[in-house]
Amino acid sequence: MKERVVLDVSRLPLHGMGIASATWWGTYAFMLIEGSGFGLAIVVYFYLMFLAPQWPVDAPAPDLWAGTALTALLVASVLPNIMVSRWAQKRNLKRVRIGLIVMSLCGIAPLVFRVFEFPALHIRWDDNAYGSIAWTLLGLHTIHVLTDLIDTLVLTCLMFSRHADNTRRYGDVEDNALYWNFVVITWLPLYACIYWVPRL
Amino acid sequence: MVTDADLDEAELERQLARTWTSKPGFWGAIASVDHKVVARRYIVTAFVFLILGGILALAMRLQLSQPEARFVDADRYNQIFTMHGSNMMFLFAVPVMEAMAVYLVPLMVGTRNIAFPRLNAFSYWLFLAGGLLLWISFALDTAPDIGWFAYVPLSGPEYGAGKRADIWAQMITFTEVSALAIAVEIVVTVFKQRAPGMSLDRIPLLVWSMLVMAFLVIMAMPAIMFASSTLIMDRLVGTHFYNPAEGGDALLWQHLFWFFGHPEVYIIFLPAVGMVSTILPTFVQRPVFGYLPLVMALIATGVLAFGLWVHHMFVVGLPRLGESFFTASSMSIAIPAGVQIFCWLATLWSGRPVFKTPLLFVIGFIITFVIGGLTGVMVASVPFDAQVHDTYFVVAHFHYVLIGGAVFPLIAAVYYWFPKMTGRMMSERLGQWAFWLIFISFHLTFFPMHILGLQGMPRRIYTYQPDLPWAGLNLFVSLSAIILSLGFLVFFIDAIRSWSFGRPAGDNPWNAPTLEWATSSPPPPYNFRSIPVVDDRNPLWSQPDALPVSSGLRTDRRELLITGVVEALPEARESSPQDSVWPFWAAIATSVMLIWSIFSPWAVVWGSIPIAIALIGWFWPKGEAEDES
Repeated sequence: MKERVVLDVSRLPLHGMGIASATWWGTYAFMLIEGSGFGLAIVVYFYLMFLAPQWPVDAPAPDLWAGTALTALLVASVLPNIMVSRWAQKRNLKRVRIGLIVMSLCGIAPLVFRVFEFPALHIRWDDNAYGSIAWTLLGLHTIHVLTDLIDTLVLTCLMFSRHADNTRRYGDVEDNALYWNFVVITWLPLYACIYWVPRL
Repeated sequence: MVTDADLDEAELERQLARTWTSKPGFWGAIASVDHKVVARRYIVTAFVFLILGGILALAMRLQLSQPEARFVDADRYNQIFTMHGSNMMFLFAVPVMEAMAVYLVPLMVGTRNIAFPRLNAFSYWLFLAGGLLLWISFALDTAPDIGWFAYVPLSGPEYGAGKRADIWAQMITFTEVSALAIAVEIVVTVFKQRAPGMSLDRIPLLVWSMLVMAFLVIMAMPAIMFASSTLIMDRLVGTHFYNPAEGGDALLWQHLFWFFGHPEVYIIFLPAVGMVSTILPTFVQRPVFGYLPLVMALIATGVLAFGLWVHHMFVVGLPRLGESFFTASSMSIAIPAGVQIFCWLATLWSGRPVFKTPLLFVIGFIITFVIGGLTGVMVASVPFDAQVHDTYFVVAHFHYVLIGGAVFPLIAAVYYWFPKMTGRMMSERLGQWAFWLIFISFHLTFFPMHILGLQGMPRRIYTYQPDLPWAGLNLFVSLSAIILSLGFLVFFIDAIRSWSFGRPAGDNPWNAPTLEWATSSPPPPYNFRSIPVVDDRNPLWSQPDALPVSSGLRTDRRELLITGVVEALPEARESSPQDSVWPFWAAIATSVMLIWSIFSPWAVVWGSIPIAIALIGWFWPKGEAEDES
């Protein structure tokens, strides 16, 4: 077909940031998928709870300290996370590097507490359906923490490599920060379910 | 830095071809991330699964053609109907619709590749692995035998000994991950890669339908992933999700399955109506009647799809109020369906129809789907459903809506887009033969099943006794099924023959209005020499002489345009990833982990390490021009 040029795009940037970035939208789409998964898991939790004559089934309510400490840690980690995202926006490589190291530690620390959360449930996954769903909620979230931690570690290495000073990388850092916020936010209803609903 | 503005046509095409063409040879083919290459593989593979599933259907019809037949024993029969349903839903219908989206959406929105093309390649390899898992297990006599919806407790640890149910559940994981990957690609492609000027109200209806379908996949498939994973956990590590003795619940499975399973029907059906809304205007040579109501109907169907699932569970003893609600919501889906049908009829009425094969299949679809829709309204009523539940009436109903509602439009779509995909026309004469054989024998095969159902014949029985009044109709159905398979045979012969020997098609053989027809047939690896600029819903009809295009994209790297979500104003020149073998290795590593995890929970731990390595290889920058910013 014959063509007629009506638009010149040669002045546009070579990479879009924020809502002009495909990765940003992709990250949101994946958060929607995983958010649906978390939502369903919570629905299943309540479904099983309404079937049970008492809740928790054959177990005391979980101990609070490990889960609460982890929650505090996660919420606190949002602050450096937002800082890293801002530094990435300003393409400040030195601060982004420091921020990513901090965020790597912020990914590792909750895992330490997570180790103590499983025994704090006072039930095994194969004792009864309550145990099954409680372990599944914790497990599902742990997988997300782990995934984002590995992502952050790889990204940290990347930002110390020759590929670092690139708008594309700063975009990756912002998307990674976005995802960590998602990991934190989804934990809050899970925390309420696992630790506080059995105390109602 | 070279942009396309400085080059003449021939030099521009040469440079684009050099940048976008995959390397030759085996590893070049494995590494290809061209959406057309991946989609072609997807479509061919899905049709192979259709043939295999059809052979299983014939085996069932052979067994049921007479009472007390001994062609297939009960255990094999259980495997066959489970394989038939699972294969047709998870390995044919959903993948083939998504594959059509993968091929057509980037072309129809006027971009050069799908968003996240490596994820796209990964998705295909994972889908292939899931299909192989199911069919190899069938060859080894360990195929699932629990029905395509795998109800507990039959599929649970107590009754489902061996690994058959696990293979079903893990096949689900394979196909759902691949489907979710494509859904994300489609959403981002439609949101961010439309041609400049293609505002929301100028998006082709097929693209709208694929967008709604992608959102349904994103919202519905997590339910089945959760269900299949917890089923495997119940079976492997002793959780009690579906064990009533320890606080679990068998009905929980049905809720989770159908919360996915009903939207699943629309995941298959919405792309089909998108195809109809796209094909119809071309063959009456006028714009579709009621663009806005058609888009609204797509979205309304998508939303309502999530409020219907309980109508699959009317006989399990749920509260009456709940059942009434779901009756009402199930019947309300007839409203958007009706709106679409009236829009199509109005389009037909006010144009001058040219009765080529694609239009025949579209009309066959309208007739068949209306019948299937009517029985749908019937089974939405609780007292009626209680009578015909698990009988052949339901089998007849869902084959009417799935074959009539989705496969007919799909065949129309193959005839319609085959010239674009291969550069050659399919035979009109064989097409007419295929249509009449398939259309007539479809009704001869499936209509009597309504009567068999009303006569009380249950589904999933491997034989029946001679004193039951079902033998005559069953023989009739089986003979009709042979004619139906002959119709499909004609279609496949036509497709295979035309692939090499069909009449050359040219760019736009049907005088169609959408952007995919603005480029050559088959399209070059870069799709469009220049990205089109759109100012109308039917760009090729409003600008028949010269296509308005943009210039200024680089030719030394894979580059495409990113535009705004609402008005599609240009925002950036973005690079599109190079070919890579890493998605292939990532899919192999994922397959190993998933299959291993049927046997040991530790597979999730150790099997994740190779996946992580493959993903790092996939994403680590290689210093290519595509990485510049």
